[in-house]
Amino acid sequence: MSTLAPALQQIGSTAQTLRVAVPIAALLALVPLVLPPYGAILLAYGLVMAIGALGFNLLLGYTGLLSFGHSAYFGVGAYAVALMVKYLKVGSMELFLVGAIAASVLITALFGVVCVRYTRIFFGILTLALSQVLWSLAFKFFWVTGGTDGLRVPTPSLFGGLVTGAGDKTAFMSHAYYYYVLIMFCACAALMWVIVNSPFGMALQAIRDNETRAEFVGVRIWRYRWVAFLVSGVFTGLAGALWVPLNGLTTPDIMHWTFSGEIVFMTVLGGFRSFAGPIIGAIVFNYLKTYAIGYTVYWQLLLGTVLVVLVLSLPTGIVGTAGKLAAKFRARSSG
Amino acid sequence: MDVLLIHLLNSLLYASVLFLIAGGLSLIYGVMRIVNLAHGNLYAFGAYVTAWAIGTVAAGASVPVLLVLLPAGALAAAILGAVLEPTLLRPFYKRAEEYQLLCTFGLLMILEDLMRFIWGPYPLSASTLFESFGSLPVGESIYPTYNFLVIGVGAAAAIFLWAFVYRTKFGVVLRATSQNMRMASALGVNVNRVYVQAFTLGCFMAGLGGAIIVPGQSAVLGMGVDALVLAFIVVVIGGLGSLEGALVGALIVGFVREAGITWFAEIELAVLYLIAALVLLVRPAGLFGRP
Repeated sequence: MSTLAPALQQIGSTAQTLRVAVPIAALLALVPLVLPPYGAILLAYGLVMAIGALGFNLLLGYTGLLSFGHSAYFGVGAYAVALMVKYLKVGSMELFLVGAIAASVLITALFGVVCVRYTRIFFGILTLALSQVLWSLAFKFFWVTGGTDGLRVPTPSLFGGLVTGAGDKTAFMSHAYYYYVLIMFCACAALMWVIVNSPFGMALQAIRDNETRAEFVGVRIWRYRWVAFLVSGVFTGLAGALWVPLNGLTTPDIMHWTFSGEIVFMTVLGGFRSFAGPIIGAIVFNYLKTYAIGYTVYWQLLLGTVLVVLVLSLPTGIVGTAGKLAAKFRARSSG
Repeated sequence: MDVLLIHLLNSLLYASVLFLIAGGLSLIYGVMRIVNLAHGNLYAFGAYVTAWAIGTVAAGASVPVLLVLLPAGALAAAILGAVLEPTLLRPFYKRAEEYQLLCTFGLLMILEDLMRFIWGPYPLSASTLFESFGSLPVGESIYPTYNFLVIGVGAAAAIFLWAFVYRTKFGVVLRATSQNMRMASALGVNVNRVYVQAFTLGCFMAGLGGAIIVPGQSAVLGMGVDALVLAFIVVVIGGLGSLEGALVGALIVGFVREAGITWFAEIELAVLYLIAALVLLVRPAGLFGRP
């Protein structure tokens, strides 16, 4: 998959994409039947983060804005679900998603108005500062948010109550919920594909490449950036909402700016210049972090070193590097 | 009245340490145009080294000896900075700033765990020095004498830094490089050397901030990450790259934090971030920044 991704991006034809995407989706659908429950749950975490990273990359890769505050939108999605459980006694996943989307639309629309007036480093700092506002609120208002104890979220019912989580939670998470996440992931990836290949997506790339020229040909930069910010935040909020039942608990940690750093990390790991980069990066990062934490208490040291080496020597990420290697290989075999 | 005076002193205490951290961050940005996300960890590193030096190595020594050892953290942070700049940061000056931010974020993770590795997961304290100073009467109340020392060091650092940047030859070179790196380079300034020096000075200030505050508090894991965000607020309010801005920003944040802890503890941090966001909206380059 990774070797084909850069080629895909350039060709950009939907038929071509489907020829790769459908077999991959089929393979992913087989996972709960082949892997033990733990493997499926771990991959579900990866897929959830992939949705968030896809959203994030609409800003970084396509619009050229580096947000260091996407943890806020992830957290808004997660806390929207947790608060719906706490105050409204809701248990339906569909309602969770609607609530999370509504909450993240509100917050990103508001934050977006403030942030998109800036670019480059100031955009990064402003998104970081605003995300920390939410973090500090989640941290301090413990009678609402549970403070550092967080809020528990029980197993939801899926598809309007057709599938409920009664019984074995592990079996539910590794099968029913895994498929739920997979469906959402496919839908989000398809939607994002449509967005970045639409005239709107092209306009964003024009803004990224040359702001002045884009403005000159009539692109309303400010508005396009704001919409990109909104879409990006809502995708990440949706990821947060899907993440919460999987984790069973939401704490302020997921709103802290260091979690934003992890979102940036996974996107760059996969490669932010390609569509598939953030997806692969998020899944790989999830395995990397899980095994690093299991292997040593000094997992930050390990991941930090990976990050530094990555940006020093492989700035195009996994997808870009794989594409380069494939091109070299092809040139050698044909010549 | 006494209570207000003590609040004022506490604000100045915060402001002193914040100025040292944020001033370094701002200096580094002003000269090199990079935002060092690991800057807070250099502050934490200074705190750990000093706490280790006067709390563990020289535990039980007399007060003058401890005072001599106090700047150890600042020197250690400066040495660390002098090593980090040429090895890890120099390859990034010509690349997009996303990569600089990411590299320093990786550095943040590495330093955080290195400190855990060296000094363990438990807080490291050096309170003997703080206690040996006793306290002074402030009206009807008393206030720790050591805190006056911290405020004094903060004020002295501000004055020295001003004199250094505006009254010495090195300061002229520094400002020239900051204004136009290519022109300075064409006029014979060794830009690489200026960068190492500026980065080392910035790290020295952060380390000094950690070193002087640690006897009154303790060195704990995560203190660097928390300090960085506060330093960000300071430089956003004052203007990235401006030392005057860092001073004014540190005073504002110091006062608001002290008031916040007293009167609106729940939204103290939120208010600070909102002030920063407001300043950015009204004056994008900060109160003293160059647009």
